[in-house]
Amino acid sequence: MSNSIVSINQLSKTFHTNKDQVQALRNINLDIQEGEFITVIGPSGCGKSTLLKIIAGLDLDYQGEFLLEGKNVKGPGIDKGYIFQEPRLFPWLNVERNIAADLNIRDPKVREKVDELINLVKLTGFEKSYPRELSGGMAQRVAIARALLRNPKVLLLDEPFGALDAFTRAHMQEVLLDIWKKNKTTMIFVTHDIDEAVFLGNRIVILKPRPGSIQDIVPVVLPIPRKKTSESFQEIRLQVVNEFEKIEALQSAF
Amino acid sequence: MSEQVKTQVNSLEIGRNRTKFRWKFTKGNDFVIGAAIPIIILAIWQIVGQLNIVSPIFLPTPTAILQTFGDLIASNELGVHLGVSIRRALIGFLVGGSLGLLFGLLTGFSYKAQYVLDPTVQLLRMMPGLALAPLIILWFGFGEVSKIVIIAEGAFYPLYLNTFMGIRNVDNKLIEVSKVLEFNRAKTIFNLILPSALPNILLGLRLSLAISWLGLVVAELLGSTAGIGFLINLGKQNSVTEYIFVGIIIFAVFGKLVDSFVRILERKLLSWRDSYQG
Repeated sequence: MSNSIVSINQLSKTFHTNKDQVQALRNINLDIQEGEFITVIGPSGCGKSTLLKIIAGLDLDYQGEFLLEGKNVKGPGIDKGYIFQEPRLFPWLNVERNIAADLNIRDPKVREKVDELINLVKLTGFEKSYPRELSGGMAQRVAIARALLRNPKVLLLDEPFGALDAFTRAHMQEVLLDIWKKNKTTMIFVTHDIDEAVFLGNRIVILKPRPGSIQDIVPVVLPIPRKKTSESFQEIRLQVVNEFEKIEALQSAF
Repeated sequence: MSEQVKTQVNSLEIGRNRTKFRWKFTKGNDFVIGAAIPIIILAIWQIVGQLNIVSPIFLPTPTAILQTFGDLIASNELGVHLGVSIRRALIGFLVGGSLGLLFGLLTGFSYKAQYVLDPTVQLLRMMPGLALAPLIILWFGFGEVSKIVIIAEGAFYPLYLNTFMGIRNVDNKLIEVSKVLEFNRAKTIFNLILPSALPNILLGLRLSLAISWLGLVVAELLGSTAGIGFLINLGKQNSVTEYIFVGIIIFAVFGKLVDSFVRILERKLLSWRDSYQG
């Protein structure tokens, strides 16, 4: 497809340990269009983080084809923004300098964009705060702003809200949707929370483990903002839960 | 808060005040608290001396030491000796410390340099400075050079070891971030590795300064014609015990001052740290 930003064909990945080898991913086929919000969900050990690391260019040892805007990825870079489970901020830099990171905050162009992003991730007033003074949610928003400053073609998020409490998590989901609506950045969001996957995604990629492969892709055609209590939301949620039950039945058969 | 809870809290507070004397650590009186033990010791010492329980040759009274101290300052002798000692320690520290930092950076950044240099450094480190001193004197004579070499030798290791460790302790998770953010080599070194290693480097600096000051004692006691160590030797040879005490006190006070300076530096530079403050 011409306008797909990420295209994955017959992708497999095997981990080699001392004696044996474990297949982490098998025959993954996935096309992601520009501006899509993809959520990837699956039980632990299904290879969802492995898939994200491959897209990020952090893992180059795989079989099959993976193209970003039609080109091979040779390593990590700013065009593939990556949000880790933990914020991973530089503890010796304040919020605005963390966002700028290797760029000079005194450069008026950088300054302007940093201010814009601080506003976007709702951190106004905390520009000069240090990471130790921030809550988990705030720190993760700094990490998101740091990635967005570099205008990534795709933003990869690896269970970014996993360590947050339920309230902060819900708030962060709203913030992320807000960013997505304003910036139209393509998002690939890995999670193990079904509600989160349904709430955020255009399409939900459900992975099953041993070896990691796609069980199903569920489209979510619900208007945004979504209400988690609405009937249509619950319908899709149920669909995902059903797929999970199928996976479980399959696993326990072994 | 409801009335009932309020009164309960009040009665609790009163109870606590009655039964327990509570220390209050505020800026003004933490000095008083810290000085309590030395003051008590000094008082006992003075009384013991005044009652002639111990000979003043063995243990001169604090007031006698203070008297000598004043005389030495008045005749400017102390100033001269202190100047000579500080100069020696500083030069020795600068030579040894900067070499330690340099080699620490080298072995920290390059594992090849580590394999080539580190075993030798570790071997040399295990040689006690006091045992090396006669050899250094044999090679460099009794002049200034041998003293500075003795001090530099000691100052080298703490900065070397801590710089190396600081670089090798950089969080791999942050290194991964630097790759995702496409830091170039220079940015990785100056914006990530060095700031991250700074707590260790400053610790090395502190230890190196302390060792320089201690190495100074060794160097000067082995033979010198000026300096605080010379003053102590003079006291020993002429049975002027006060001189020994004045020398020891000077070493202690200056050592503490230098250490406090580095700690202030640490607090300024490392205010971002999120660690247990007691």
